[in-house]
Formats: sequence, C-alpha cells, structure tokens
Amino acid sequence: MKRLKLYLPVAGFAVLAIFMWRGLYLDSRTLPSVLLDRPLPEFELRTLEAGDRLVTREDLPDEPFILNIWGSYCLPCLQENPIFMAAREANVIPIIGVNYKDTDDAAREWLDDNGNPFTMSIVDDTGRYGIDLGVYGAPETFIVDAQGVIRYKHIGVIDYQVWDDEIMPVVAAVQAEARS
Amino acid sequence: MRATRFYSAFGLAFVLAWVLTAGIPGFTAEVHAAVDVFDFETAEQEQRFRELSNEFRCPMCQNANLSSSPGGVAADLRREIYRMIMEGQTDQQIEEFMLARYGDFILYRPRLTMQTVLLWFGPLLFLVIGIWVAYSIMRRSGRESPEATSSLSGDEEARLKALLAQKKNGASDKA
Repeated sequence: MKRLKLYLPVAGFAVLAIFMWRGLYLDSRTLPSVLLDRPLPEFELRTLEAGDRLVTREDLPDEPFILNIWGSYCLPCLQENPIFMAAREANVIPIIGVNYKDTDDAAREWLDDNGNPFTMSIVDDTGRYGIDLGVYGAPETFIVDAQGVIRYKHIGVIDYQVWDDEIMPVVAAVQAEARS
Repeated sequence: MRATRFYSAFGLAFVLAWVLTAGIPGFTAEVHAAVDVFDFETAEQEQRFRELSNEFRCPMCQNANLSSSPGGVAADLRREIYRMIMEGQTDQQIEEFMLARYGDFILYRPRLTMQTVLLWFGPLLFLVIGIWVAYSIMRRSGRESPEATSSLSGDEEARLKALLAQKKNGASDKA
C-alpha cells in the first residue's frame, strides 16, 4: 500500500499529460456556433443585384442553400471562389452571398473579375447582420435546410478537402431530407 | 524533518499570496485602447459601457476583450453595446444579446453551469488537496520521534520494561 502511494505523483502526471496532449490538437480557433439548429436570423437588406429593393428571409430559396459570408478584401474568399463556381455550374446547391462590411463598387468589381457564384449577394455593409449570425470574419459558410434552419457552419476558407469531407455530406443529407 | 516543514510552510505561503493577489484588480494587467468616440448622456452610461466592453471577449482575436481589441468585429460589438445602453437596456439584456449570437465564448467570466463546475471550483479542489497533503506531511514529521521508540520487537520491548522497572525499584530502595 505504501509502495503504491509512491506512484501517485506519476499517475497525476500521466493524467495531466493526457489532457495536455489532447489539448495540443484541439482547434481553439473555430468556435461552436450557438446558431446551429436555429432558424436563420431575420433581416431586411439590399442586394448587389436588385438596387434599393430590400429582401428578407422570404426571398431566400425554398430548398436547402449555402450562405457564404464574403468580402472583396478577403483573400481566402478568392481561394474558395472556384469551388463555388464549379458548384454553381453543376447546379449542386444554390449559394447565397452575404457581402460583409464591403462597398458595393468593390464587391461588384470583385465579382466581375473572379466570377459570380452567388444566386444573390445580400449587402451587409455595416456588419450588423453578421453580428446576428455570430460571424467574426469572412469567410464563413452556413448550410441552411429547406425549413430555413441553420444546419452547419464552417469558419474559414473552404478548400477542396473541406468541400468534399465536410460540406458535401451535410448538403447531401439536407437535400435528401428535403426530397423525402 | 525541519526541511519538509520549511517547504510546506513556504508552499502554503506561496499559494496564499497567489490566491490573495488574483482577486485584486490592477494586479492582472489591463490594456485600454480608446479607439472610438461615443457620446454618452450620463457618466453612469459611460461607466457601464467601459465595464461591459471589458467584460466581453473579442471573438476574432481570442485573447483580448472588446475594449482593447482593434479587430473589426470588436468595433461592431462595441457599437452594439453603445446602442443598447442608449436604448436603456439592462446589463443582463446586453449579455443575453451577446450570448445568443456568440455563445459562452464571449464571456470572460464563464457562467456557472454543469460544464463549468470544474472550471470554477477546480482550483479550490486542488488547494484543498494541497493543504491536506501538506497537513499530513507536517503531522507525520511531528509524530516521528515517538514512532521511532515503538520500532522495537516484542522481546526487546519486554526487556526494556523490565530494565526500567528494575531501575525504578533500585531508585526507590535507595531513598
């Protein structure tokens, strides 16, 4: 019994080491969204396309769609644009843009230069809608189901691996749900 | 023996100093950066604004509060706090606003829930364990001398008793 007691510090160290080892691989950058499984927050905003006409949730597709927070100043957005362009061409899923804290002119120029994958781009120039979405910087990407409920959120750039491994399985699942 | 007692006392003093200073505001370095200018109607509103933006954590730059962060979202959230204060909302309402959008992460002072019990009381638990260990070490080292005499075998102890009794008798005889 006394002998066993001697190993107590070693055991303590082992437990601590396991926790810290795990901690090394935890991603502290991506925060869990509280908005998961909640309806997309309401809004009444302009779009880049429709001039002064305000759009609301009613104007969004009735089917599942992707909501992408982007800005012309955002380099990672440039990186994910070809993936969205390919998705649009293949009619995978509608992609709605939220032009976050940008100017209309810069945004339109960016779309002209790089291609426009978005069905429409909602203008959130003040970043107020971004706060309702719990956004902390572009790019962020939401998957919304046919009922308008947020089902998935990805923070940061979407590369081909993220698209194939994280986005597409959720998209397929919510689309199957919508069809049934 | 003296060394162990010294180290436990030293350790205890260290822990006490740490516990006492941790609660003193100003001991933990705070950085204030007055980035934006807001007009308040009363000094109390300004005070609340300052307290609230110190209280919330910037979601983008994770180790800064809203008042010291230059990040874009932090500025937006400060503006929201200002708006809500001017609309006459309570601190509670403002906290709920933040929680509904950014979750527990936004709070530097986490709420007490089942998940955060260990976070809140873990240090206290470790302190209690430490005091218990220090106490038992000190008690054992204090008891060491009487324990040393009882390490005789049964035979030896009987002989010792006999010798002591003999000496006592001898002494009383002389008197």
